[in-house]
Amino acid sequence: MITEKSRLKSLGNQLFFTGPTIIFFAIAVLIPFAYGLYLTLTDMTSPVNPIKFSGFGNYKTAFTDTAFWESMWLTVEFVLATVIIINILGFILAFLVTSGVKMQNFFRTALFTPNLIGGLILGYIWQFIFVQTLPSIGDKLGIEWLRLGWLGDEHLAFWAIVIVTIWQSAGYMMIIFVAGLVNVPKDVMEAATIDGANAWQRLRSVILPLMVPSFVVTVFLTLKNAFMVYDVNYSLTAGGPYGSTTMVSMHVVQKAFTENIYGVGQAEAIVLFIIVAVITGLQVYFSKRMEVAA
Amino acid sequence: MEARKRAASILTYTLLILSFAIFVFPFFLMVVNSFKNNGEILESPFSLPTSLNFGHFAEVVDKMNFFVSFRNTVVITLLSVLLIGIFAAMTAYYMVRRPTKFNNGLFALMVASMIIPFQSIMIPLIYIYGAKLHWIDAAPIPLLIILYIGFGSALSIFMYHGFVKSIPYELEEASLLDGCTRAQTFFKIVLPMLAPTSVTIAILNVLWIWNDYLLPSLVLTKDQDFTMPIKMKVFNGTYMNNWELLIPALLLTILPILVAYLFGQRYIIRGVSQGAIK
Repeated sequence: MITEKSRLKSLGNQLFFTGPTIIFFAIAVLIPFAYGLYLTLTDMTSPVNPIKFSGFGNYKTAFTDTAFWESMWLTVEFVLATVIIINILGFILAFLVTSGVKMQNFFRTALFTPNLIGGLILGYIWQFIFVQTLPSIGDKLGIEWLRLGWLGDEHLAFWAIVIVTIWQSAGYMMIIFVAGLVNVPKDVMEAATIDGANAWQRLRSVILPLMVPSFVVTVFLTLKNAFMVYDVNYSLTAGGPYGSTTMVSMHVVQKAFTENIYGVGQAEAIVLFIIVAVITGLQVYFSKRMEVAA
Repeated sequence: MEARKRAASILTYTLLILSFAIFVFPFFLMVVNSFKNNGEILESPFSLPTSLNFGHFAEVVDKMNFFVSFRNTVVITLLSVLLIGIFAAMTAYYMVRRPTKFNNGLFALMVASMIIPFQSIMIPLIYIYGAKLHWIDAAPIPLLIILYIGFGSALSIFMYHGFVKSIPYELEEASLLDGCTRAQTFFKIVLPMLAPTSVTIAILNVLWIWNDYLLPSLVLTKDQDFTMPIKMKVFNGTYMNNWELLIPALLLTILPILVAYLFGQRYIIRGVSQGAIK
């Protein structure tokens, strides 16, 4: 490889090629992250008050903040529900749109559409469905559970967020599964068929093991997105009714920007970060071990 | 065997059409109800409109100041995506061709940073650039673009990095021996070869920035700076449950990206599936 002759020229190139990135990355990520860790050790209540050191007090407060842990448990339930359903549904859809039927590209395109729109707007669109449309169907057909306003009921409101999230993400995961399914080698499938494997056996013993790399990606993405859910939560229920659907991101935002308790809010954000990093790390580690070669 | 195949294909079609109906139903509701007034919407949300009355669209465009928020969204998205692309390509290229300890360390640091969720840095971010340095008051839109470049760099560099490695070095070598500088070589020879990856990266970044809500909601505080999602949030707060205005507003907000999808669906789907494999 050719290297620059003079050190000065080499330094100039280094600055030219990597300088802008380093500056912007530091402004957006490095400095706030480091400063955030520092903030958790102070007891700052509002931006104007002088900063006082408080040791690990904020972490103690975070660990005993029942509202924080309630929102965390609700988020865990949300993660379980959405990750499982989105992956199963996405896989089934991918299976259908690669089965060789006519217009399968049209269906792929259509099922992906909700992904183009942000969670905030999707939440508002579905608000119309939950507030107006479903009760109107329930009224006409006399179906009681449709007549209830879903968003006003503590349990149904949670499932409303789950439904919108599934509707938004299933098409995205479908696209990733499609990429995996079209790469399942034809000769392996034929060999299995000739050996007498029925459709179910082919799915279980050939397709699913070869699809593990796709599942590593989709489970990772759905896990991370579900833990960080904010937009749909905000626009659909805003945490209500009576705070019953406040997920952890919303709790942190409220703690910091409504209640102005920056230090505790940031400590809780760091706890959230560690939980997500550990869970997604373990998920990738263990599912990578399940991968097989075709 | 034939009969079973037929049955399987009928089942596949039934399931596909059913899922299609469920997936498209909300959009259908938006379209048919945007021409009705409140009375008609409450009476029969499913029926087709009796007349194509664009009056509510005109009202919404005016009340929402739609074109201002549309322009803001376009400017912020385009500038951010363009700058992320150029800077990330430059950095990834240099990291691959000059794998010094510093460059390798920087690459590792950026890849590791991808697991940090935005929620874990937003509080110090707003504190530093709002309360301390007042950049949020002074220049909110440039600040937002700078932050997008910072947040978007890691994934884009990661994707370019993989692609640059697959480019043969001989072409650049020839150009360097001909007396071109490294910068000239990059822009004339390498960057054009990165085009397919650039399209993928740009699509992923557009979908993210165009729809993003939390970050701009913290940085943009003045009405004239709002992007479309924020404007929609404010509008929803003002006209709560006033569906004859909210529905046309929602439809207008999603229309630009749906039109873009109509023309670029092949690239978008391909971009998403390639972006996920990396």
